[in-house]
Amino acid sequence: MKKKVQKRELLLQGNEAVVEGALKAGCNFFAGYPITPATEISEILSVRLPQLDGTFIQMEDEIASIGAVIGASLAGAKAMTATSGPGFSLMQENIGFAVIAEVPCVIVNAMRGGPSTGLPTMPSQSDVMQARWGTHGDHPIIALCPSTIRECYDLTIKAFNYSEKFRVPVLLLVDEVVAHMREKITIYEDEDVEIFNRVKPTVPPEWYIPFEDTPKGVPAMANFGDGYRYHVTGLTHDIRGFPTSRPDEIDPFIRRLFRKVSQNFADIQIGEFYQTDDADITIIAYGCVARSARRAAADGRERGLKVGVLKMNTIWPFMRASVEKVLRTSKVVIVPEMNMGQISREVKRVNKGDAKVFTINKVDGKIITPQEILSRIKEVY
Amino acid sequence: MAEITRLIHEYLRHDKKFPHVWCPGCGIGIMLGALIRAIDKTGYSKDDIVLVSGIGCTGRLPVYVDFNTLHTTHGRALTFATGIKLAKPRLKVIVIMGDGDAVAIGGNHFIHAARRNIDLTAIIVNNNVYGMTGGQYSPTTPYGMKSTTTIYSNVEHAFNISELAVTAGAVFVGRGTVYHAKLLDSLMEKAFAKVGFSVVEIISHCHTQFGRLNRMGTAVEMMQWQRDHSVTVEKAAQMKAEELKDKFKIGVLVDRELPAYQDEYEKVRKWAKGTEKR
Ligand SMILES: Cc1ncc(C[n+]2csc(CCOP(=O)(O)OP(=O)(O)O)c2C)c(N)n1
Ligand code: SF4
Ligand SMILES: [Mg+2]
Repeated sequence: MKKKVQKRELLLQGNEAVVEGALKAGCNFFAGYPITPATEISEILSVRLPQLDGTFIQMEDEIASIGAVIGASLAGAKAMTATSGPGFSLMQENIGFAVIAEVPCVIVNAMRGGPSTGLPTMPSQSDVMQARWGTHGDHPIIALCPSTIRECYDLTIKAFNYSEKFRVPVLLLVDEVVAHMREKITIYEDEDVEIFNRVKPTVPPEWYIPFEDTPKGVPAMANFGDGYRYHVTGLTHDIRGFPTSRPDEIDPFIRRLFRKVSQNFADIQIGEFYQTDDADITIIAYGCVARSARRAAADGRERGLKVGVLKMNTIWPFMRASVEKVLRTSKVVIVPEMNMGQISREVKRVNKGDAKVFTINKVDGKIITPQEILSRIKEVY
Repeated sequence: MAEITRLIHEYLRHDKKFPHVWCPGCGIGIMLGALIRAIDKTGYSKDDIVLVSGIGCTGRLPVYVDFNTLHTTHGRALTFATGIKLAKPRLKVIVIMGDGDAVAIGGNHFIHAARRNIDLTAIIVNNNVYGMTGGQYSPTTPYGMKSTTTIYSNVEHAFNISELAVTAGAVFVGRGTVYHAKLLDSLMEKAFAKVGFSVVEIISHCHTQFGRLNRMGTAVEMMQWQRDHSVTVEKAAQMKAEELKDKFKIGVLVDRELPAYQDEYEKVRKWAKGTEKR
């Protein structure tokens, strides 16, 4: 007998697909403050979460939202918030708290043009560097970026998985185009999706070392109320969680925070090569621009140009190995971005001179079109 | 075993964290004593108590006690506590804040937590100053007083934290001083027993910063000042406005019944699931 596949065909907006992905991943807590173009995520979760015995709360601002998310996660919830540039700026201090206290959580930033209130209803990719360095202090960060509705779903699940696996805040950078665009996606209810939940301590409470320096770098996490009483602080702390200013305790701690991400680069780097093997020209793109890049490459091929695309879904940590690969094999690399050049700086940084790197920078709130990419190719190649 | 020894053994962390950071004579220690005695009375298991604090001298308190403890960012303790409470309502969540923490940088969270009537107890040590950063003026520094950033004299007007809490919707508000340690015990016990947003404001002294700049004397003299300038709510009711001019009220300022947020939200879940009609 054939197993009946539970299939849902949905015409979803990016924000709706983020919600579907979050719920699939087990999200049961959301705190947020309304802001275009992320508002739909709040609105939908305010309906869905209580149906599933979860919690939705609209906080008084974004600082409160991320605070509540971190608190909920410490008590065992899978928690998320969603915002756009102005709110993302407000969240920065507490994102750093989630880094240092190693609290899993997911933060969606539907990027708008900026600075300040900027362009609420138009797309942009200008928060790439803020995602990397927005909170103060040296720290690692994971940021993912979808370019299709399917990727909104998949990467939201990944974001939760990484956050739980590595005990880190994970950022999902969506742009206004992807957030509001609709595409059909098929979700199979019994699909074999890997869902990762934080590893809990198995030792008795008196043996538990909450911030232990394990080889993997990720200590087991006890939830508040599970019988393991311990201290959580934003101060630099020792392996028991108590504040320390001893250099011999600080150094291994900060290095461990980096190590737990850097050791897992291979797992975290998500991207795709399209026809890059024989490409003379490679376009490196992410978010909505990756869509135009695919189209530009296809059109270019039709005209006899060997064009390929490296689509980046992982923005941070930077996909250095993949970028180096196309820099080695291509003559020209084009980095189109809806900012003044944020990822292109990284591409140039790792370029050993094998390829020439050119940028396309658009900051007028309009998406970069395939034609614009093609004319840039003609200009430089 | 003497009661005090038992409480110390039961509730203070013995591994690593002493001596503490506070100045000798600081009022925060008295408040810590009252807190432990009151928690002991609640009958809660230590595993089910979460102590959340912000940043400041007061915010350093949780590290010394053997509960689930969380030392957050400056002003944001109530937001973290809100998440904890909603994610695991069976936990007793107590929030410890300084005056700057609670009503300057965290003022917005404070009024909204009260408005929502989320089931938390906020304990605020009001020493009229930013102690930790060295004695700058806070929103509770009285008009005309000195601080390291109002060296000529403060020309701003002070918040009355307890009245703010009452107005914003807290269901229980009590005020005490570190001079009246026994009163603190009973206010905290009542606050912990209350379901909904409860506030205990504790008038304390920072003799090393605020006291020194304003020539208020030693810690003991500042506690005598607390004694001389406070009147119980009951006594105040018999006094004329004139007599109350430079006095503040201590005792239970408000004790009222309102459904707590998490119980209201439980209704939302039922409506959402269709198991109950709105
Ligand atoms: C965002 C931020 N701003 C400023 C500070 C510096 N800071 C630390 S404690 C403090 C004031 C503490 O005053 P209060 O809350 O009254 O606590 P007290 O030390 O008096 O107990 C300030 C301004 C900080 N830690 N974080
Ligand atoms: S600085 Fe003031 S508030 Fe801080 S510990 Fe010393 S006396 Fe107490
Ligand atoms: Mg203070």
